[in-house]
Amino acid sequence: MASKISRALSRAQESNRAAFIPFVTGGFPDDQRCLALVKQLAAAGADVIEIGIPFSDPLADGPTIQASSQRALEAGATPAGVLRLAARAAGQVSAPLVIMTYYNPVLQMGADEFARRAAAAGVAGVIIPDLPPEEAGPWITAARAQDLDTIFMATLLTGDRRLRGILRDSRGFLYYVPLAGVTGSGLEIDTTMLKALGQVRRTAGLPVAVGFGVATPEQAAALGRVADGVIVGSALVREMLEAGDPDQGLAAAVSLAQRVRAVLED
Amino acid sequence: MPQWLDSSPKPSSDHGEPDPQGHFGPYGGRFVPETLMPALDELSRAFDQARDDPGFNQELDDLLVNYVGRETPLYEATRWSRSLGGARIFLKREDLTHTGAHKINNTLGQVLLARRMGKTRIIAETGAGQHGVATATAAALMGLECLVYMGTRDMERQALNVTRMQMLGAEVAPVSSGSRSLKDAVNQAIRDWVAGVAHTHYIIGSVIGPHPYPLMVRHFQSVIGVEARRQVLNRVGRLPDTVVACVGAGSNAMGMFHAFRDDPVELIGVEAGGLGMATGQHAASLCGGSPGVLHGAHLYLLQEPDGQIREAHSIAAGLDYPGVGPEHSQLKDSGRVTYTTVTDDQALDAFMELARTEGIIPALESAHALAHVRRLARDMPGDAVVLVCLSGRGDKDVSQVQAILEER
Repeated sequence: MASKISRALSRAQESNRAAFIPFVTGGFPDDQRCLALVKQLAAAGADVIEIGIPFSDPLADGPTIQASSQRALEAGATPAGVLRLAARAAGQVSAPLVIMTYYNPVLQMGADEFARRAAAAGVAGVIIPDLPPEEAGPWITAARAQDLDTIFMATLLTGDRRLRGILRDSRGFLYYVPLAGVTGSGLEIDTTMLKALGQVRRTAGLPVAVGFGVATPEQAAALGRVADGVIVGSALVREMLEAGDPDQGLAAAVSLAQRVRAVLED
Repeated sequence: MPQWLDSSPKPSSDHGEPDPQGHFGPYGGRFVPETLMPALDELSRAFDQARDDPGFNQELDDLLVNYVGRETPLYEATRWSRSLGGARIFLKREDLTHTGAHKINNTLGQVLLARRMGKTRIIAETGAGQHGVATATAAALMGLECLVYMGTRDMERQALNVTRMQMLGAEVAPVSSGSRSLKDAVNQAIRDWVAGVAHTHYIIGSVIGPHPYPLMVRHFQSVIGVEARRQVLNRVGRLPDTVVACVGAGSNAMGMFHAFRDDPVELIGVEAGGLGMATGQHAASLCGGSPGVLHGAHLYLLQEPDGQIREAHSIAAGLDYPGVGPEHSQLKDSGRVTYTTVTDDQALDAFMELARTEGIIPALESAHALAHVRRLARDMPGDAVVLVCLSGRGDKDVSQVQAILEER
């Protein structure tokens, strides 16, 4: 049976467009505004929404998400708190929610307990960027038991054999990273990359969403023509970090989201 | 097989060898972004081939002898032993290597490996600056571009080493995020590696990180224990009773302990107790931490109950790290190695005492091992033999220690 997340991506495909998947840093700039942002992103037409659990040592993230994570931690964000926030969001938006977290917070809560709490919160899937399939056995078991999608990443550098292994463990969608770099890196879209992405998508057997470095509506449009979904994280967070006050930041992020969502229609 | 391994005892087949995925029992492994997985596979293959390649080992041996100055002396600290009134204390003089600490053993091995893999750019993290200097040195020797990440707090307290790295042609990149020390320098180096993985080799300075780093760094450092074991046997005609080394992330200790793993010898690792274990201001991951995932491996670390990594504290920048290698984690659980702590003040006292009694200024890191020997040796019989790894020299610490003494 297709998962809630893959159904959401399929629905977008039925309308001949790529799904829009925004990322927000959980608890940034505070719980209330974070929740408001999730609701407004859903209203702007987000198909799936990622909520990140802030971590002290986010080694897959560039300076933008590092800064938002640091701010959220200083404001008191915790893994349990972000899951509570997700539960409130899940009650108010229909787009499936995905939690993005580093592995240590999962490990300390216990994989089973984390999966149980995430499922109880109404979360549909989890991305753990520092947990490759080789080490993910206990997590996959815990997630399957709660019917949570396990979303893994593949990159431009992933070979065919490795990709097959990653796909075997993936549910919901494959998170494709079209560059070597951290979140928010400068992305250059060229034909080689689009060809590689198209190749992965033809063989994947589940939807492929592209993320890391997608900063502008133009980039989203170009990738959206080849991928099933486009993930935008750092660019939205940057709008919030650079704004004069938190409410302006929220409005700027939502405005960017609306523009990205609009170009995906074309 | 390098020459320095020829005379070492063959460890029993499962002793100290991780599984093919780099697990030391439940510890180690690879917890990294997907982008790095192919690079780690490539590195594992290159390392496996190189360590069995006579040409590679001959070149490394030649550098260790003629460039580093190995083998390093085993020195019996008779005046210090006598003043303590107990065991005979032998110092393994890693402080006498080129660049002044054991770090060079690893960086030369890894730089040779990087060149073999066709990498043109070297990056590293550094805390005290010793690993950064050793990396900058090896990179200069091979004509490779070198960039070293260093926390801004460490750049202040180890300013001399910053200048040394720059003189050696390396660029020092300040890291001002988080604790502004070693932990955050590692984060930044990993991010750099993710972005430049095609042409960059990341030289991790200790037995941490994703597989194969803990195994590879131990391999390059195991020359310490192999030499010391042979030297003690030659000098006193038997194995030492006790071997002591300081443990931050754990490279000098692993390099020393590995040769003694299968011997009836007591092994003691000394962690940084900082301001005292009760204060929480320490860097003792084994004695005061719990298992978790940091910087690509499962190991003992300092953390909050919800999994956020805590900041470490130590007077010694090289020990100021909130995690410890996966093999140490396993050796703690198995009980093969005993881990203990000494405070900043105890380390400082030992630092001064060795300088005054033996004319040797030790690194503050190594002074932690000495501080434990100080409380251990007095109660041992006069014919007992204690071997200590003097992992580095204290020139880099002189101005820091002077400032502390003036404050007292």
